[in-house]
Amino acid sequence: MKMIVTLALGLAALPALAAEYAGFSPAKSQVEFVSTQMNVPVKGRFGRFDGQIGFDPAKPTDGKARLEVELASIETGLEEADAEVAGADWFDVANHPKAVFESNSVTPLGNQAYRIDGTLTVRGTSQPVSTEARFSEQDGAGVFTGSFVMKRKDFGVGQGIWGDTSVVANEVEIRYQLAAPAR
Amino acid sequence: MQTPNPIRYDNVAILLHWLVALVIVGNFALGVYMHELQLTPWKLKLYSWHKWAGVSVFLLAALRIAWRATHRPPALPDSMPEWQKAVAHGGHHLLYMLMFAVPVTGWLMSSALGVQTVYFGVLPIPDLLGKNKELGETLKVVHEVVNFTMAAVVLGHALAALKHHYKDHDGILSRMAPWIR
Repeated sequence: MKMIVTLALGLAALPALAAEYAGFSPAKSQVEFVSTQMNVPVKGRFGRFDGQIGFDPAKPTDGKARLEVELASIETGLEEADAEVAGADWFDVANHPKAVFESNSVTPLGNQAYRIDGTLTVRGTSQPVSTEARFSEQDGAGVFTGSFVMKRKDFGVGQGIWGDTSVVANEVEIRYQLAAPAR
Repeated sequence: MQTPNPIRYDNVAILLHWLVALVIVGNFALGVYMHELQLTPWKLKLYSWHKWAGVSVFLLAALRIAWRATHRPPALPDSMPEWQKAVAHGGHHLLYMLMFAVPVTGWLMSSALGVQTVYFGVLPIPDLLGKNKELGETLKVVHEVVNFTMAAVVLGHALAALKHHYKDHDGILSRMAPWIR
């Protein structure tokens, strides 16, 4: 009896586990951030980005993810701030139009959670980042949701007068939802 | 001729009046100055300070209402015509309303523009409105209109006090500024 139940549960779980996810679904994805100004968290987002995901829940450690964010598509909520952060002191989009995240390894943490270690390149500077993502299947897409904190000054983002972290904090939280269609 | 010397406001009422006056005038000037500035850390600091000062005006105004409700102010002199008394009372009511309306519209505007007000960078004031750019732009205009209304009423208030002092010699100004005789 116990064996039959185990078998039935195993079979029921199979279709979900069998699905493989490849490519990218921009419409189901989001890249947002929370910066802190004068101790006030302020939310923003990026409007344009592209990615590439390859993930098989049966072989999570083979998973791969790459995300390219068009930095000029930033939406801080204030137009003057959008223009400012595109400029030379911040992202310098004229010379570095994109931020790129590339995964190096995926570690299952159990319960649909994964630690993704990778490299983030912004403004020509690459730094290792680690993020914990939760995986779920939604309407035929595999969706990773998570966040990590980057230190903007490690990438030279916010130079000159903006180096004062008491006004704009060094830590910026990046929140993402990245989806890939089932193959 | 002896100037009549009516009973003055009590010390707490006088202190609160001049404290609020100082913060309102200073914060109005700051608001006019800062909004045209180029975006710099200095501007972000000024905006935060402006909001903190605005919250302070709101709290001081609440304190003044509470004090006023429990401490009877001196009556206006009988030498004043009825219509002037009516205008004075109406003006004071308007000033009290504006002392709340100005910070409240600023707070709502900040919420709609997506930048929460955090009092002294420590105490977050909850956002009543969600982020909504169009509403934020509308509230910006509302905040401005309410402010210039406040400026006009404050100017009228100050001119009336000076008129009472220099023309009517009825001691009205000394009720709130006992050091001026």
